[in-house]
Amino acid sequence: MLYNEPSPLETRVLTRRFGMPNSASLDTYLATDGYQAFVKAAAMKPEQIIEEVKVSNLRGRGGAGFPAGMKWSFVPRTSPKPKYIVVNADESEPGTCKDRVLMENDPHQLIEGVLIAGLAVDAHAGYIYIRGEYRYLIEIMDRAIAEAYEKGWLGKNIRGTGFDFDLYTHTGAGAYECGEESALLESLEGKRGIPRIRPPFPAVVGAFQCPTVLNNVETYCAVPAILRDGGAAFAALGVPKAGGTKMTCLTGHVNKPGVYELRLGFPVKQMIEEVGGGIRGGKKLKAFIPGGSSCPVLTAEECEGATMDYDSMAQRKTMLGSGGVIIMDEDTCMVKAALRIMRFYAHESCGWCIPCREGTTWLRKILQRFHDGGGVREDIGLIGDIAKNMLGRTFCPLGDAAAMPTISIVEKFRQEFEDHLHGRPCPYEAAPAAVGV
Amino acid sequence: MTFSPQLEARFDKLLKSYPPGRQRSAMIPMLLYGQDEVGCVSGELIDEVARRVGVTPLQVNEVLSYYSMLHRQPLGKYHVQICTNISCLLHDGDKLWERACRKLGIGHKQVTADGCISLEEVECIGACSWAPAVQVNYDFHHFVKPEELDRLLDSLREKP
Repeated sequence: MLYNEPSPLETRVLTRRFGMPNSASLDTYLATDGYQAFVKAAAMKPEQIIEEVKVSNLRGRGGAGFPAGMKWSFVPRTSPKPKYIVVNADESEPGTCKDRVLMENDPHQLIEGVLIAGLAVDAHAGYIYIRGEYRYLIEIMDRAIAEAYEKGWLGKNIRGTGFDFDLYTHTGAGAYECGEESALLESLEGKRGIPRIRPPFPAVVGAFQCPTVLNNVETYCAVPAILRDGGAAFAALGVPKAGGTKMTCLTGHVNKPGVYELRLGFPVKQMIEEVGGGIRGGKKLKAFIPGGSSCPVLTAEECEGATMDYDSMAQRKTMLGSGGVIIMDEDTCMVKAALRIMRFYAHESCGWCIPCREGTTWLRKILQRFHDGGGVREDIGLIGDIAKNMLGRTFCPLGDAAAMPTISIVEKFRQEFEDHLHGRPCPYEAAPAAVGV
Repeated sequence: MTFSPQLEARFDKLLKSYPPGRQRSAMIPMLLYGQDEVGCVSGELIDEVARRVGVTPLQVNEVLSYYSMLHRQPLGKYHVQICTNISCLLHDGDKLWERACRKLGIGHKQVTADGCISLEEVECIGACSWAPAVQVNYDFHHFVKPEELDRLLDSLREKP
């Protein structure tokens, strides 16, 4: 089901079946060109499939934005080892709730995307790693998988193509870090989710020490449309170097928060005003996070002329990330926001790398003290210093993910830290109480 | 240790889902599904899962302490998880959390005296666009207003 009204400004490619009766059923899927992309791909050479994905300019939708076709091409297809397809459905980047709706409303689209990836790299088994909290989605995916087996879209000699593929769901049990690809693979192997040093990358040494394609749910879900309509058509929906649409989660202080499928390159202002219905209560925009709490924060001025794509965000020294847009109005306390973000990373740091384990914990303590009114001026510089010393000094990007928003908030909203000095209570929280709200 | 036929069937399926010699992969799912039936990750469950996946109980212990959803002590019959992460915070998720604590008289990871409800302040549960969000066991509740939280908590007390 859908939890918010769709917007007329959406470009519906991955969500085109959303809202149809029984959109999650195999019957609906087959009646709307379902599995036709797989049939087409099964008649193609693997190199042609990968080429089509390269032409589409599909970039990884989990956050890093790595070109999917290139990632697939790194898999040593002729290796005697088995190869695996792993789906990252451990959606847990704060601000992000898109994979949920993709699996809930169109599970077969994900299965078909996985099958096509399997054809491309000669893999015959796949795992969908779903976060433990998404139990109902495991049930939905299990039902869809059972249905696909029953009708011959999974299993041995799929629909007479000679291609075999087995697909399984695998539940996580509560760990943000397991959304990081190498930690996910450790967890899939029944271990603590601690990141692996790279290289070797999962394409060469992944699940069970075998070559593995590991992509986000949304990335696989884009693949059937690419094969069906052609890579060029998908590329044309987006911007140069990044094709297609992006599942965008509008969260925070907008009138119409929700998950919307927008073409890459969609203007930020139009997204907030027209898709999101503007800032709640007619307030002004203070801060904008484009793709989950790991991204550097933009000010309202920096959002001028910005578009939702990788390059526009990179020019502003932030990232498109996962598509988890976090919108904060003029009344938001940025110290409190920074504190809450850091509490999360301190909780979720796996503890493997010392700069991340110690850095997140100390930053949490300093930010907490600051917000409580016990901060001193020197702390402002110290917050930035600690965060900068975490950058690039860890096995996985969690340390960076904690440092980047913090650095940007301290630099861009320094005045708010100054406002918390001298033992005053948080000026943003004190204000409403003074007028009796 | 005996489990329900449904859980046994699930365990069998899990043990067949991974490549030969990789049965350890089933450990975390077995612990979580086992916990759902047993009420917590008991010592007995640890021993049983260890035996079935072919590792030592110590190895299971080492892994389970990493995962926030696995609990060694029983939770309430209804485990109420309130998200206060950034997107929920912007919709007063923190106030919702404080309200629940006050109403029930318990705090983070505590259980009411009758064993009915436990509370946990959780990190992002993936309901950011429909904030503030609450999860009761595995059921999501979206756009939760303060008075709706009160009604929800009351209804759990009355549930069989």
